[in-house]
Amino acid sequence: MTGHQLLFWVFAAVTCGGAIAVVLTQNVVRMAFWLIVSLGASAGLFFLLNADFVGTAQLLVYVGGTLVLLVFGVMLTASGPFSKMQTRPGELFLAGIVAFLLLGLLGSSVCSVNWNAVVAATNHGQPLLARQELNHGYNKPEEGNTGHPLGMAFLGMRPDRDLAPGTKTLSTGYLLPFEIASVHLLVVLIGAAYLARAKRRVQPNE
Amino acid sequence: MNHSPVKFFPVSVKAVLKKYRFDPQNRGLSVDLSSYLLVGAVLFVAGVVCMATKRNGIGVLMGVELVLNGANINFVAFANYTKLGLDGQVISLFVIVLAAAEAAVALAIALSFYNNHLTIDVDQANQLQG
Repeated sequence: MTGHQLLFWVFAAVTCGGAIAVVLTQNVVRMAFWLIVSLGASAGLFFLLNADFVGTAQLLVYVGGTLVLLVFGVMLTASGPFSKMQTRPGELFLAGIVAFLLLGLLGSSVCSVNWNAVVAATNHGQPLLARQELNHGYNKPEEGNTGHPLGMAFLGMRPDRDLAPGTKTLSTGYLLPFEIASVHLLVVLIGAAYLARAKRRVQPNE
Repeated sequence: MNHSPVKFFPVSVKAVLKKYRFDPQNRGLSVDLSSYLLVGAVLFVAGVVCMATKRNGIGVLMGVELVLNGANINFVAFANYTKLGLDGQVISLFVIVLAAAEAAVALAIALSFYNNHLTIDVDQANQLQG
């Protein structure tokens, strides 16, 4: 068993086990903990898939940001001692049946396709991102090439597609969706601050 | 490529077990695209069940995060193994950013709901029921 296989099985087991533990745990704080475990292990899967920046962003944004937000939400909305929000056993049984059937559907869909043939037909038989020509930009490293292809794709330039052999046209990147996402984040933060503001009644005597 | 008919459930379990059994010739459990897709499928199913069964509003949010993360694993796996290339990583980054934004807004809504109802039990949110 190679190191890649061993790491994959460790990270896959932790990811799936954490996700299942999120479903089965009833305590919200423990659910948040198992969600941290699952998302962190899936960042490890991203590293195994040659997606280093996506894995780092997963750790920073999800594990560092979103889950802190979730834990604050848990603390600010503590349920009282008389309101137990447990799932009823009948609902859990029904959910188990649905989960079993849905997992069987997805698993049989995945296993009924010969993915090696698909990869070989579309990709000349080797992982695309491992190819050597994708690791440099339009100019050489000694000429000051400091742009990662992923960052250049966000800026609207695609050296990974333009420099592929046999390419006659220039490809477009993701500059407009990037700008839309940035404005969207600004709008979302203002809207969240407005929604969660402290509402104080104005005293009529003052 | 011949098209085999869609297999029903017991056959697929047998296929999964046959694919991932210990094979001395293969020197262990082989890892390819379908392994990552199965991990994504497990995350998706766990997220859907979490959304459906949790009565706590924040638990429902965690289910949404699990579903989005399963989709992300599929995108990055296809980016690595097929001609999708960097586009898959770009889309997964957009998904991460939008999931963070969605979590912020949904938690603000949960806080506002808690301020009005003193609970975040989603079964209590029935004012808009016709």
